[in-house]
Amino acid sequence: MRHAPELRAKMPDTAADTRWRARLSLGLLLAPALLWLSALIILPHADLAVLSFRERVAPRKYVHSLAQYKTFFLEPLYWHVFVHTAVMSVIATLMTLLLAFPIAWIIAKLARGRAASLLFIVCLIPFWVSETVRTLGWMILLRESGVLPALLVKLHITAVPVELLYRDATIFVGLVYTSLLFMVVPLVSSLESLDNSLIEAAYDMGAGGFATLRTIVIPHAAPGITAGCIVVFMLTLGNYLTPTLLGGKNSQWFTEQIYAQFITRFNWEQGAAFGFLLLGLSTAMVVLGLRLSGQRFGDVMRRT
Amino acid sequence: MVASAVVKRFAGHTAVDSLSFSVAHGSFFSILGPSGCGKTTLLRMIAGFIAPDSGDIAIGGNSMAGVAPNRRPVNMVFQQLALFPMMNVGENVAYGLARRGVERAERIRRSAAMLERVGLNGAAHKRVDELSGGQRQRVAIARSLVLEPTLLLLDEPLGALDLKLREHMKIELKQLQAAFGTTFVYITHDQSEALVLSDHVGVMNQGRFEQLGTPQDLYYRPQTPFVASFVGTNNRVVGRCISRDAQIAEIATSDGWNIRALVHGSIGVGDAVEAFVRPEIATLAHTAAGLPAGQPHYGGEVQSVLFDGANSAVLLQETRTRREFRIALPQTGQFSDLEPRDSIAFSFDPARAVCYAARAGIAGQDA
Repeated sequence: MRHAPELRAKMPDTAADTRWRARLSLGLLLAPALLWLSALIILPHADLAVLSFRERVAPRKYVHSLAQYKTFFLEPLYWHVFVHTAVMSVIATLMTLLLAFPIAWIIAKLARGRAASLLFIVCLIPFWVSETVRTLGWMILLRESGVLPALLVKLHITAVPVELLYRDATIFVGLVYTSLLFMVVPLVSSLESLDNSLIEAAYDMGAGGFATLRTIVIPHAAPGITAGCIVVFMLTLGNYLTPTLLGGKNSQWFTEQIYAQFITRFNWEQGAAFGFLLLGLSTAMVVLGLRLSGQRFGDVMRRT
Repeated sequence: MVASAVVKRFAGHTAVDSLSFSVAHGSFFSILGPSGCGKTTLLRMIAGFIAPDSGDIAIGGNSMAGVAPNRRPVNMVFQQLALFPMMNVGENVAYGLARRGVERAERIRRSAAMLERVGLNGAAHKRVDELSGGQRQRVAIARSLVLEPTLLLLDEPLGALDLKLREHMKIELKQLQAAFGTTFVYITHDQSEALVLSDHVGVMNQGRFEQLGTPQDLYYRPQTPFVASFVGTNNRVVGRCISRDAQIAEIATSDGWNIRALVHGSIGVGDAVEAFVRPEIATLAHTAAGLPAGQPHYGGEVQSVLFDGANSAVLLQETRTRREFRIALPQTGQFSDLEPRDSIAFSFDPARAVCYAARAGIAGQDA
């Protein structure tokens, strides 16, 4: 009882103390992620940003300049590859969406229990093998002396084995295959939350299958669709291995240009500038996508 | 609407067992039954979401076999209402019209007129989640009625509302049905909804109709022990018939209480019998002398007084057998001063109590 006045005097302090402790524990919990983020993403990018804005005028002598970005805009090849990559990535994303939607629908609405998880595993299986091995597997199937051209000859569809590699279509096959899971997961979660009675109600009021899809299912799944498209677009745009191996050296993928600047030409300044241009492109496309679909970034990211 | 010998089986059990009934044009028909009795299955067959295994459903004289739900002259108000959250109230109501290719201006005009008729004028631009429970209810009904269906199906639409609102919506539904003249088929497990709203009620149990009739029929003239126990409150007494005349049987319970009740169906002396006595047909008195002459009278001890305004009742134990018995308190306020453990006398008119041959598997079990 003797301590009671002291305790009361300390009360405001204790409250502040508790708040401080809460902040400390929050900070400690976030520390690994923040360290990771700053050490491996923010720091190198800051360094690259500095790199991209300088020019080598003599050995070991650099000045600040916009020369790297100027080269990009003045050299048609770079432009061409940049636009080509963007267009191909958009098409690959849409193809993935078209392919993933029915799969997600089956998993979310039609399959029950075991069948649904089995379908999920089927989508996951490609990821059990490393990307390199997986892509090399495609090469075994598709190259001129490979399995599929031989089969086409056997079936008398083509007279001689056809080279199926090094075409844009081949790159699409590889990209869609790699991206499918990242589209299926957000779609399944958004379709699962769609109340079946809404579909029945639409049907009951005279809507056919397509009208229900357009007026009920797609508006409901829009955040999931946008989330899947953003993830797949980013993965596709930044993909290096698949376009290089399936499309060959002439696949004109922008990541190859970055690779060439850094590794082959040893022109880090140019490579860094290209890297930031690609970052700008993917940001611009994501913003455009969100605008077009009328979604908010926060809502969409909760779905991924 | 006419249903003939409709059957639906699911993995080993028969959900709807060869049902035949008809609903007159413009009437309010309820299907009343406990959960799992097959009433939802029946409703979904009328809506067309599931096809009957055999039998046929005809609406307005046309067989609905093979007709998809979006082509039937039937609309449904779903249990959870299923309003479209991605649309505002006006778009919800206009949805069916848009699917029929009605022009935009006409759609807006008709949906606004419909919203006005259900008392929601000016709500067209509100979001669905801005509405109260009762308003959503009205939107769901408006969304169906704007299509002018031959038949409106309602799947326990009041189930999600709180009691006060449910009472209010009950009255509103009845008025809406009267105003529109559309045939309503309403399913519910709430006997009070069915009794208040309907012109006719089908009491459903295990895929069959136990009884089809007006609410008054069901209440005053139940045809089966299931209806007697499901509709309204009833005191159930199980025993054996020890003697009978043309109409009245004398029933003795295993613990030696004798009561008399009107015979329903065929009951022979010695048969197991279920008898039902409504709480409001019994008369209370402080002493046996105060009871109507000519009725068998019994003594009891008050167990508890269940005060519920006009529905107040007293729960008592019959003196000899300690058997629970519920008696409605007179509305005059008489007996409102009863206390637990008070002694009381009661009697009832045997002609107003009913008894049936006991259902298989139920004989001997007491309520």
